[in-house]
Amino acid sequence: MRIALRTAALAYLGALVLVPLGMILYRTFENGFVAFYEQVTTPAALAAVSLSLTIVAIVVPLNVIFGVVTALALARGNFPGRGILQAVVDLPFAVSPVIVGVALILFWGNDGWLGGALPVIFSLPGMVLATIFVTLPFVVREVEPVLAEVGTDAEEAAATLGASKWQTFWRITLPAIKVGLAYGVVLTVARSLGEFGALTVVAGGVAGESQTLTLLVHARYIDDHNVFGAYAASTLLMGLALLTLVLMTTLQRKRA
Amino acid sequence: MITVTHVTKRFGDFVALDDVSLEVPDGSLTALLGPSGSGKSTLLRIIGGLETADAGTVTIHGEDVTNVTPQKRGIGFVFQHYAAFKHMSVRDNVGFGLKIRKVPKAQIAARVDELLSIVGLAGLADRYPNQLSGGQRQRMALARALAVEPKVLLLDEPFGALDAKVRAELREWLRRLHEEVHVTTLLVTHDQEEAMSIADNIAVMDNARIMQVGNPRELYDRPANPFVMGFLGPVAQLDGTLVRPHDIAIRAEPEEGGREAQVRRVSHLGFEVRVELVLAEGEPVFAQLTRTEAEELDLSPGDIVWLRTAGGTALAA
Amino acid sequence: MAALALPKRRAASGGAGPLGLGIATLWLSIIVLLPLAAVLAKSLEGGVGGLVDAITAPSARAALLITVGVSAVVALINVFTGTLIAWVLVRDDFRGKSLVNAIIDLPFALPTIVASIVLLSLYGPRSPIGLDLYATKPALVIALAFVTLPFVVRSVQPVLMEVDREAEEAAASLGAGGWTTFRRIILPSLYPALLGGAGLAFARAVGEFGSVVLIGGGIPRETEVASQYIAKQIETDRPASAAAVSVALLAISFAVLFALRYATSRRER
Repeated sequence: MRIALRTAALAYLGALVLVPLGMILYRTFENGFVAFYEQVTTPAALAAVSLSLTIVAIVVPLNVIFGVVTALALARGNFPGRGILQAVVDLPFAVSPVIVGVALILFWGNDGWLGGALPVIFSLPGMVLATIFVTLPFVVREVEPVLAEVGTDAEEAAATLGASKWQTFWRITLPAIKVGLAYGVVLTVARSLGEFGALTVVAGGVAGESQTLTLLVHARYIDDHNVFGAYAASTLLMGLALLTLVLMTTLQRKRA
Repeated sequence: MITVTHVTKRFGDFVALDDVSLEVPDGSLTALLGPSGSGKSTLLRIIGGLETADAGTVTIHGEDVTNVTPQKRGIGFVFQHYAAFKHMSVRDNVGFGLKIRKVPKAQIAARVDELLSIVGLAGLADRYPNQLSGGQRQRMALARALAVEPKVLLLDEPFGALDAKVRAELREWLRRLHEEVHVTTLLVTHDQEEAMSIADNIAVMDNARIMQVGNPRELYDRPANPFVMGFLGPVAQLDGTLVRPHDIAIRAEPEEGGREAQVRRVSHLGFEVRVELVLAEGEPVFAQLTRTEAEELDLSPGDIVWLRTAGGTALAA
Repeated sequence: MAALALPKRRAASGGAGPLGLGIATLWLSIIVLLPLAAVLAKSLEGGVGGLVDAITAPSARAALLITVGVSAVVALINVFTGTLIAWVLVRDDFRGKSLVNAIIDLPFALPTIVASIVLLSLYGPRSPIGLDLYATKPALVIALAFVTLPFVVRSVQPVLMEVDREAEEAAASLGAGGWTTFRRIILPSLYPALLGGAGLAFARAVGEFGSVVLIGGGIPRETEVASQYIAKQIETDRPASAAAVSVALLAISFAVLFALRYATSRRER
């Protein structure tokens, strides 16, 4: 009976995840490594990598700063509306990426609430805003429970010993949330690299300019009919996803 | 000296402190004693600056610190659950306050070593808090608080998280440390034995108010009200008066002014003997005898005896 | 230890202070709340009537129905497969189990567009096993099953690990076989986690875009899901219609999540 269950589970996982992934890897490398390498070093591909990483480089620090501030306010505060704030932090999980794109256009776009004060469509700020939207919950949700558990005793002790609020935060609070914060950052990076739906709506997808890796994959398959190129770019993204998984697992052990 | 004047503190609808005033003598080891919820921890935290009073003032060594941040009050604070800096070694924990004050490294090292040997943790400087026992962590916390030479030492139920044996040891150790170091110390506890055994001066609190202040003997022999009497020692009621069970004299013969009672049970608790009795009206009483007294009387359940109070404290019930 | 009677001590503005709270609120408003409010406002541009018209337009209605239908099917599939996988991970032991455990999180870490391509390679026109499901509803189911894989598994796993083994042993000693024990002793304690996980899977599935965009084909009224419809509307400069269907989709997600939370809290009483 146990064997039957195990086989069923593994068969499901195989058919759904493992075999398809294996197929892509096979197809990517069946013509040798050089073919793969050429596909991921075309000017368009390099520009896409650069753009994806640029977005990550902007999104992560912003999420760390604002995420930790928000987590502090939620974990340690007792103010009216705390429940609402908490719910808003979780909202991005329930919103379809396409709706995120629509929302950004309607708020930041030329006909939107801010009357186009900030260029959003077809530009880096727009892609950054979309990515921040979808990654906003990660740092907050990872840091908040740690703050709540660690409590304020050590921080009060530091205050009695003469440490200013900033010194206390830097020397006492931050080290305590290190691992949770790192885990939140890893999730943020993975999600940023994988964002597609919102970017489709908000970015122009012009090769070499406003195309991230994910948009590149799509464009190659649909527009260029460059199936092999699409596979190659996908494999690159898969490699990054795998790295993320490894980091997630390592940090999870540290947390326990 | 610490002076607290007319301090009131509310948490929402809950009144934690109701017009509390107190003077803590210089160089003393004073205990704030009371049951859970009496306001003692709140008072300590207000003195330390970790909470602000809604009304009233706090003065430390003549300086009004009511609105001064804890950083600048010159206090040392020790928490019930140690508040150790988990990611720092013992050495870095103890030296933290000095590092903040930008004391030169060599000086910090010397002072830390000095303190660690005073608290008996020499040689453990490079360990981390999670490698120490509860008692060791609390001693580290004390060393840490003393490192910056505070004017006043505040301890919030410092032994509450330790088991009974360690608690007793550490309590005695604190008293000896106090005699060596002589910092004005204010200790919050709910354990009357702890307060009575090491404090020079005790302030008994109940329900957001101070009930009585005095030295252990005064409080035990001359309690101001039934609460203080009951909190600091055993109480028996006889003829509408509250007395100490060991002040009840038992006679086998009828006595002028004595009350008739029947022995219910005699328990031998080592040196003390506890006698449970029932008065004529069915009211239970208990008395405490020394072993010698009990041997002389040789009581058994069912015996009829006569009770009288023999001096000592007596309060109207 | 101390103060059972004292209310929980929480500073009025917490570790971040009033400035921190203000910053957090401003941040969340600008990034999340206000843009979503703009969607709501736009959807009502033509009044409630306009909103209803946009939602009930034939293609829109079809897209919403397909989305909800397929997502419900996927949530249901996940209830079974998720429990099965969680069971095997908790109760079974075999070489490579920790690897399998790590793989469950892969859909979290993998870009959705990559998922689409990956599934297409095996179940699309170039399928080596001749199984071409391109532009069919089953393709949608497969894609959504892929991205929602972790939800039920990760919800159920911790609960399974906490299950009272002695209760199971007691049942066995009273004559209950494996399936009966599972049905009557274990399953009831899993209901909240199952509902929670299924709800999350459903909410994720209805909004999914990247993983269905390649393999689904996006054929209107056949395999076009709500997110694709919305994207089409905004690309063809019909923002009000896009906003309207967005609001409908959000309402559906929230309703389901809300209902599930209500159902779980009732059970816990």
